[in-house]
Amino acid sequence: MNRIRMHMLVCGGTGCVSCDSTEVKDALVREIMEHGLENEVQVTITGCFGFCEKGPIVKVYPDNVFYVRVSPDDAKILVGEHVIKGRVVEKLLYGDTPSDIPFYKKQMRIALRNCGLIDPEKIEDYISVDGYEALGRVLTGMTPQQVIGVIKGSGLGGRGGGGFPTGLKWELTAKAAGDKKYVICNADEGDPGAFMDRSILEGDPHSILEAMAIAGYAVGADEGVVYIRAEYPLAVERLQKAINQAEAFGLLGDHILGSDFSFRVGINLGAGAFVCGEETSLMNSVQGGRGEPRIKPPFPSETGLWSKPTSINNVETFANICPIILNGAEWFSGIGTEKSKGTKVFALAGKINNVGLVEVPMGMRLGDIIYSIGGGVRGGKSFKAVQTGGPSGGCIPASMLDISIDYESLSETGSMMGSGGMIVMDEDDCMVNIAKFYLEFTVDESCGKCTPCRIGNRRMHEILSRITKGGGTLDDLEQLKDLGEIIKICSLCGLGQTAPNPVLSTLHHFYDEYEAHIVDKRCPAGACTELLRYTIIAEKCIGCTLCARSCPVPCISGERKKVHDIIQEKCIKCGICYKKCPVDAIERK
Amino acid sequence: MSGTKIKTLDELRKIRERSKAGTKLRLTGESGNRVTISVGMATCGIAAGARAVMGALIDSINENNLENVAVVATGCLGYCYAEPLVVVTVPEEKPVHYANVDEDLARKIIELHVIGGEIIGNSQLITDGLT
Repeated sequence: MNRIRMHMLVCGGTGCVSCDSTEVKDALVREIMEHGLENEVQVTITGCFGFCEKGPIVKVYPDNVFYVRVSPDDAKILVGEHVIKGRVVEKLLYGDTPSDIPFYKKQMRIALRNCGLIDPEKIEDYISVDGYEALGRVLTGMTPQQVIGVIKGSGLGGRGGGGFPTGLKWELTAKAAGDKKYVICNADEGDPGAFMDRSILEGDPHSILEAMAIAGYAVGADEGVVYIRAEYPLAVERLQKAINQAEAFGLLGDHILGSDFSFRVGINLGAGAFVCGEETSLMNSVQGGRGEPRIKPPFPSETGLWSKPTSINNVETFANICPIILNGAEWFSGIGTEKSKGTKVFALAGKINNVGLVEVPMGMRLGDIIYSIGGGVRGGKSFKAVQTGGPSGGCIPASMLDISIDYESLSETGSMMGSGGMIVMDEDDCMVNIAKFYLEFTVDESCGKCTPCRIGNRRMHEILSRITKGGGTLDDLEQLKDLGEIIKICSLCGLGQTAPNPVLSTLHHFYDEYEAHIVDKRCPAGACTELLRYTIIAEKCIGCTLCARSCPVPCISGERKKVHDIIQEKCIKCGICYKKCPVDAIERK
Repeated sequence: MSGTKIKTLDELRKIRERSKAGTKLRLTGESGNRVTISVGMATCGIAAGARAVMGALIDSINENNLENVAVVATGCLGYCYAEPLVVVTVPEEKPVHYANVDEDLARKIIELHVIGGEIIGNSQLITDGLT
């Protein structure tokens, strides 16, 4: 008889693993064995809880106690106090119960429903929470057209960024002529700061396999490919285990659940090129070619992988499929806004207190995500902007905190939903510099096939570099706008078509910052080092010589107990003197 | 892992029922509407046999296939003379304290109180004044 009375779930997401959560698990197991409690208490590694800022996280059931920042040394007190004596260890608590924690209060977890609840390496755990029930119902009671009808009716849009209706994509692939078709799961998550796809694959890999099989049934495919980057070793490992288990259980393979439907899934490792997130480049890469896009049409739904009709969907899109089948199209379309249905997962990063992964209904106020869930800006600084959509998106200024988070509202600001990265910036971030950073990324990642993207973006980057060094002119701003518009219109694929967005959106919302760099030769945020000027305030200087002795150039002259001076031509703007001065006599402008 | 393949939806559902034992505690914990049975597990409680009581409670819950019933260990309530102590909290109702609980009484608590909704009067620690 099973006498397990307590489950301790230790986060096994990449964020927590890098904070020693594996060691925490081992220490807990050791303590439990030492007390002879191994038949009473079970320790399980689970998927990401999303609250990465406070990791490693340990959740205890059935009491529903949520411990944060647990170290291996805490295992002794957790077992001695909580497990044996039933006393909650207050110093490791974040809040009384998880439902009281503001970080979780406003969330609605559909795609992340099983992350942090099940053991991703045990198919039984997944089956116990209605896993493979959706596939079972589809195969025994629905026609492919009915499945497509439900997904269309739900209003689910592609979560990789574009928001293209998933049901329509399936329908087009189903209608395309061909005896061989493919389903591809795009797990080439490339936006800096976004990690929802990784977390879903690490925490709930079976949900993706089940959804891919449902997609296969709907479009008439018998083969699926997960294209995932090699930089996600844990996700790859767990996905491979899940595939092996599903095959052993007959939930992937021939004649699934006694039906005529057969479906297999293979993994293709990507080398981490950003352009391979673009579907035609991705397919080229799977076929062994260079990761380069091609002109569309023909769309993959007609001519896809190996020239066969192919439906490509993003990881998070697939994660929504099974709940839609089980709960119905109306349930899903009842969540969100008129045009954007369901929920969206966002990766909160940058200068925000609660860095992590959150899932909220579409239509939530941007300010609620940043302040209620994200806990506001770090260090009490003022909020300046939030960057959404990664290198393809743009910056939304503080004046627009009231906008609703959905595909349409975000596009109106000049940004986009993208894969859901949200990088928060404060008063110390220079918007020109940020635009330059993203452009640097796309210049690096451009495959070079088409001229506007290969050369145009490089020219834009040169202009931005010039501006941040104080060599810009007002004509440069006009040129940036012209170039940006041309690149957007003429580029071959999504990478080039969206690459100018960070520049165009900051030009639109933060024109005065560009002007300050050009006209006043000044960086208002103090981030562009070459525009900085350090001077010594004569009235304050006590002649202690500390600055002169710390200067690596050296470029500070002056005798003991006399006012010092910085020789501007030699200064490398390293800021060491500014930090060292004991009487704040050095001014930075 | 069982090597046998699942061939029908019914077989999948049977495996699901079996697998639920593995995740039940977590789902119970997530449920806002659960019966909580606390067992005093401080030194006094453990010395008086609380661990066996807890085992009997868990066995009985599993045998009766009860969902939404959580057994949790709790600290010393101060009534060391009456250990092992068991407190049954049904949502929206006053907690009921049972004193000097043994394995037999533990089973009765599940069968009569939790399933039947009947408080076992003569085993209560205090009938009034405790909330």
